[in-house]
Amino acid sequence: MSSTGGGGPSGDGGEDPCTQPLPPRPVRFISLAALNLSRVYEQNRQRIQKKDGPKVPDPTTPQMKGKPRLLLMGQRRSGKSSISSVVFHKLPASETLFLESTARIQKDSLNSFMEFQVWDFPGQIDIFENPAYSFDMDAIFGEIGALIWVIDAQDDYLEAVARLNITILHVQRSYPHINIEVFIHKVDGLSDDYKLDIQRDVTIRIQDELSDQGIENAPVNFHLTSIYNHSIFEAFSKVIQKLIPRLGQLEAMLTNLCRTCRFEKAYLFDVNTKIYIATDSTPEDMASYEICSDYVDVIIDFSEVYGSWPRTQQWRDRLEGEPWAQPLEDQVACEWAESGMVLADAQRPIMLREVDRFLALVAIMKEGSYEKMPQINMNVDVVVKGLTEFFEITKPRGGGMGITGQGGQEVVSPGVPPAL
Amino acid sequence: MSDQETTTTTTAGSGGLAGVTDGSIGGGPTTPTQLKKVKKQKVLLMGKSGSGKSSMRSIIFSNYLARDTRRLGATIDIDLSHVKFLGNLTLNLWDCGGQEAFMENYLSQQRAHVFSNVGVLIYIFDIESRDVERDLATYVNIILALVQYSREAQVFVLIHKMDLIPPTMREEVFVQRVALVRKKTAEAVAIFRKGSLSQSQQSQSSHLPQSHQQQSQPGATTSPTATLPQDLEIGMQLFATSIWDQSLYKAWASIIHDLVPNLAVIETQLASMGAAIDADEILLFERISFLVVSKWTSREGDNNPYGDRFERMSNILKSWKHTCSKFTGTPRNTEQFSEFEYKMGNHFSMFVTQFTANTYILVCMPPGEARFNSAKLNVAAVRPWFKFLDGPGSGTAVAGGGPVQSAYGTAGSNYQVTGS
Repeated sequence: MSSTGGGGPSGDGGEDPCTQPLPPRPVRFISLAALNLSRVYEQNRQRIQKKDGPKVPDPTTPQMKGKPRLLLMGQRRSGKSSISSVVFHKLPASETLFLESTARIQKDSLNSFMEFQVWDFPGQIDIFENPAYSFDMDAIFGEIGALIWVIDAQDDYLEAVARLNITILHVQRSYPHINIEVFIHKVDGLSDDYKLDIQRDVTIRIQDELSDQGIENAPVNFHLTSIYNHSIFEAFSKVIQKLIPRLGQLEAMLTNLCRTCRFEKAYLFDVNTKIYIATDSTPEDMASYEICSDYVDVIIDFSEVYGSWPRTQQWRDRLEGEPWAQPLEDQVACEWAESGMVLADAQRPIMLREVDRFLALVAIMKEGSYEKMPQINMNVDVVVKGLTEFFEITKPRGGGMGITGQGGQEVVSPGVPPAL
Repeated sequence: MSDQETTTTTTAGSGGLAGVTDGSIGGGPTTPTQLKKVKKQKVLLMGKSGSGKSSMRSIIFSNYLARDTRRLGATIDIDLSHVKFLGNLTLNLWDCGGQEAFMENYLSQQRAHVFSNVGVLIYIFDIESRDVERDLATYVNIILALVQYSREAQVFVLIHKMDLIPPTMREEVFVQRVALVRKKTAEAVAIFRKGSLSQSQQSQSSHLPQSHQQQSQPGATTSPTATLPQDLEIGMQLFATSIWDQSLYKAWASIIHDLVPNLAVIETQLASMGAAIDADEILLFERISFLVVSKWTSREGDNNPYGDRFERMSNILKSWKHTCSKFTGTPRNTEQFSEFEYKMGNHFSMFVTQFTANTYILVCMPPGEARFNSAKLNVAAVRPWFKFLDGPGSGTAVAGGGPVQSAYGTAGSNYQVTGS
């Protein structure tokens, strides 16, 4: 088509819309999240049209329907099974040496504040290139929230990048809403410079390939990960946060709490996986994530050792008898787990408060605030109540909410704590 | 049995305390002033080169992380270090480089120098070693030298690097190795007996408190001494260890346990404190290594199904300390946290706090705010009682009275003393 300088309507529906000279449009800013949601919407619409089956899912709540799926893919021996064992089954990283190679798709269900399914895809199967396998693409990619591609940074990764490119192209055509998360894995032991070099190299290779194919702004993200430190949990946190409906609201609540209680940093943790699903708006730093996540670990261990076995009736009777003469439930201040600890330097306290069975709020405070613990506890109580309400509202119950963008009209604004 | 023992200790006050502490200390002079005296213990660390002696020592006493030990090079000759433990115990650690030339040297020229006055021999076997026969031959020679010069020395055999064996096979491999080592030890003793048959052996000094050791290490310890003549016994314990998990702390806690001076006093006082504050479990940790120095468990706490909880707590708290030091940027050997409290709803409450200058204390107790707060105050109040843990001169006034005395009767029945 010749460059006519922009009068013609773009209704001719060419094969390759990117090369078409479109008329100048008003510049409109679309946030990433909104872009995501509209993609999801579009994709679901297409699917319904295609299938037209009796079980038409509610298109307005695409991610809340069923379990969002995380797909782990990559070359064989790149570390997919190790990742899922370490993150979702709490296997010590050193024991992943003994993991067998995965022969078929390993499906794990993750019962947490949201239900996730993690599919560990064996590396030796190439679903796009091998016609011998006929995969039901819809069954695989239909409900998936994110595709995680694992690249072994300590190996020759050119082949992996090539396969990733093919995968991205396929996925982008049919399921454009899927977030593609590239884990550049096994970076422990590599120098910082080298890590960044690899990341840059991989990024360029993929971006080049994609733009050659005419795909721009594909939702591809890169993370440097290793199972021997916290980076894998951090990366998963980022992946999962993108799948949480109304993340902005959650973050606003935490930011508010941090401001009123003068916290340095607050995280909302998924206790089982140590993934944080939200944090306040202050810049993230790895160090505070690490200490908070280790704190959760310590608490889990303590709970297991001392809290997971039943006490005898005599024990209870004795405790409820004189001089207390109160049922045990009334003797405690908070029915959920709460914990605090003080760092020896600068007396900086860290606190933890369980929100529900799956979630815990962990915050690093400023020095000297340990004396104000009672007030802080009250504020935290308010926020925790707000969080509980939040999850009550956003719980999937089949078409409760429309896509109005994050922080739209249906603003849930519980949990505004009084200032100190 | 413990009732009489403990009462005499407490009422005797500072004057007569020494009476219960001998025996396990390897025949030191038991003077009434023992409480004030700094004990020195010669500890030999031996084993083949590369078996992990220095790694182990660095983790326990120098706060290395397991992965930091990769940096350690081979130990040349003998690396002597003095570790102050609890103020009134100094461990002279002889980390003996394990290369064969050194070993021969120890056994020939330096024989008397190395093997005399040994309190504890820690012999480390590398489970991955290819030449087991040769390792065992060296071991026999070492044992021979040891019984020649320090007959009352305790022997701890650590079967190390167990993490390299798949978890399902560990038990079996360990049991096999234990049988082998025991057989070899018996052979060594037989050789020694034959050699010294002509000499008259009057020594009666080698009766070690075997009963206590066996109770702390069930399963792995069967009495090797049963078939030996009365005049030659080797107090020996075997452990499967790995620097990657808590097994290391279990082994070292047992090693340390019998060396701690005034152990009976500590245990008695912990018991009365536990009963007074209504605790379920009290653990006393050494500040740097976080090895369990002493513990007390209530009858209810004895139902705890986690038999490995003591070393587990050491491990958890020590790695927590590492996390804190990473976060605060302070050296690992300094105190990292001063308070840690955790209330798990109506299951239990616990706190870990700095106790004396050299110790941390962990108290696990039933839930209840009032109970928790008063326990914290009581623990703070009882500190002067344990002043003697901080070394000579800092407080020998261990008064027998105090607020805890009244609750004494209930505590005596469910805890053990090492006494004869």
